[in-house]
Amino acid sequence: MLNILRYSFFDLMRSRWSYFYFVFYLALGFALLFLNNSLPKAIITLMNLIVVLTPLIGTVFGVMYFYNSREFTELLLAQPIKRSTIFMGQYLGIAGSLSLSLVLGLGIPFLAYGVMLSGEITNFIFLLIDGALLTFIFVALAFILSLYNENRIKGFGYAILIWLFFAVIYDGLFLIFLLVFENYPLDKFSLAATMLNPIDLSRILVLLKLDISALLGYTGAVFQQFFGTAMGLFLSTFMLVLWCVLPVGIILRVCKKKDF
Amino acid sequence: MNFFKSCCTILLFILYPILGTSQPITVCSTCPLQSIEAAVSKAEAGATILVKAGTYQEHDIAITKPITIIGQDTPTIDGEEKGSIFRVNADSVMISGFRLKNVGFSHTTNYAAVHVFESSDFTISKNIMENVFFGILIERSKHGEINGNMISGESDAEFYSGNGIHGWNSSHLMIFNNKITALRDGIYLEFVDDSEIAENESWGNVRYGLHFMFSNRDNYYNNEFRENGSGVAVMFSKFINMRGNRFYKNWGTASFGLLLKEIYDAEIEENDFYQNTVGIKVDGSTRISYKRNNIRENGWAVKIAGGCYTNIFTQNNFSYNSFDLSYNSKMNDNKFYENYWSSYTGYDLDKDGIGDLPFRPVKLFSYVVNRTPETVILLRSFFVDILNFSESVSPVFTPDNLADSKPLMKPYQ
Repeated sequence: MLNILRYSFFDLMRSRWSYFYFVFYLALGFALLFLNNSLPKAIITLMNLIVVLTPLIGTVFGVMYFYNSREFTELLLAQPIKRSTIFMGQYLGIAGSLSLSLVLGLGIPFLAYGVMLSGEITNFIFLLIDGALLTFIFVALAFILSLYNENRIKGFGYAILIWLFFAVIYDGLFLIFLLVFENYPLDKFSLAATMLNPIDLSRILVLLKLDISALLGYTGAVFQQFFGTAMGLFLSTFMLVLWCVLPVGIILRVCKKKDF
Repeated sequence: MNFFKSCCTILLFILYPILGTSQPITVCSTCPLQSIEAAVSKAEAGATILVKAGTYQEHDIAITKPITIIGQDTPTIDGEEKGSIFRVNADSVMISGFRLKNVGFSHTTNYAAVHVFESSDFTISKNIMENVFFGILIERSKHGEINGNMISGESDAEFYSGNGIHGWNSSHLMIFNNKITALRDGIYLEFVDDSEIAENESWGNVRYGLHFMFSNRDNYYNNEFRENGSGVAVMFSKFINMRGNRFYKNWGTASFGLLLKEIYDAEIEENDFYQNTVGIKVDGSTRISYKRNNIRENGWAVKIAGGCYTNIFTQNNFSYNSFDLSYNSKMNDNKFYENYWSSYTGYDLDKDGIGDLPFRPVKLFSYVVNRTPETVILLRSFFVDILNFSESVSPVFTPDNLADSKPLMKPYQ
């Protein structure tokens, strides 16, 4: 598995997409810091971008790589190697290289700007971990989609759709639901609904650090307990890791049964 | 005038020992007089009593003549939780340099470390008060100075705790340099007019750091209020001047830095609001000017609950608040101009430091959160950004005349 991981990883690291992705984040980081001139504000803007962009890039990239390396995968499948090893290697290779681009691309400008010396360092590290986790989750989702769909166009279509669903449509439905049922106690529901969407979940994780004073303004006891204590942090991190593990499990199951 | 009065007061106290009796009465464990109460009853008007270091178990020491009581090397008076410690009912009394502890607790009587009633020209300074029910209680008195005291209680709930400095039906009080913690209200003023409250520090109190009720023409400046149940509440008062105060980290479901409830003609200038759940909560206020305040990193910078007319917001810095302004009606009679808003995204083509597009501080989402508080969980999500953007292009739900017509490009210094 390590060989396949290494191969996928370096294959990707050499490809211009990886460079593009890296340069894009580098430019983004410098531009944000240059325009904002203040770390806390740059981190808030960055959070907005990371939460939307990393899933998009993760899904699109995952699907693209899977279809492009299909021939190579088939070649590997002919060898006496376990299927789970092949797919896990590829998955970890792509998710790892994307995360590395993200961490380096954003880390360098912020380091150059002195994030280490400011009080924002924990928030920043949190943000990077968040972005990396989102990459792992959405690459896994992309793999599942492309395992199910032989047709490239269909696969891409579904990938974009799943991103659109989690990033925009879900929140829209969520908001409409909250407004329609505003006369009912909704705090438990809204916490549960957040848990079911990795993008919302990682957003809340960062908000717990940055906007805690606004979140505490709501009088619900469940909210208070969730946001006010370490419980919230623990629970949402746990759920995010679960979001990572579950799709990987599905990949392993699907690839075992699939007829290539 | 005030300055003249305070000069007179100070001069009076300097002169008292000289003009009064020639020799101060001394109290100590080996002196002929071993209790403060005995010394007080022996002293004539204008006398000075000097209390040496030691612990004195006394309570309800009644002072009914103008005398000066000074503690040397901070002697302790232990009230043994039996009642008040000093009860002052005379003009020109000074109490200074004591450690007063263990004031009695009662549901029917307001026991205090120092209880002043129907007196004028008193001074209470440099005392340490510990485990008090009320710290300093002032009723129907005027021209008093309360300076440099450290007052602490052991309160954890509103219904069985008292206030640090409690003024009722008094006027011309000067409350300076006190440190107050773990009580109900740090400073509570009800029907207290023409007073000054400055350089105090009030933190960790159960209810408010400072609380005004029905008090007019008061100034409070350069105080710090942090981590209280809520910062400062100004209610039913007129002509209050608030300047240079710091409101920090008042966190909680109903917490705010400053609450204004039914107040008129106040000035709020150069204050610093930092990390409060709500920076300023306004519920019915008229003719208030907000100038040069720093409002940063709060949940809501300003929350207006209606009934607010002809207020002016100018030269304030609204930096990195989750919501800049929340407003619950479509009518607006308040003016916003030349403020700095960190969330302003306009441009300044003519380089005059003022943005060319107006800024609308009320976002659609803050309107939604006002209606359904649970939606706060969607704060900063992509969908909400899209919502806010589309609303800002053509306002439908938010008052369309509520805008800062001249937003500053850089924070006001």
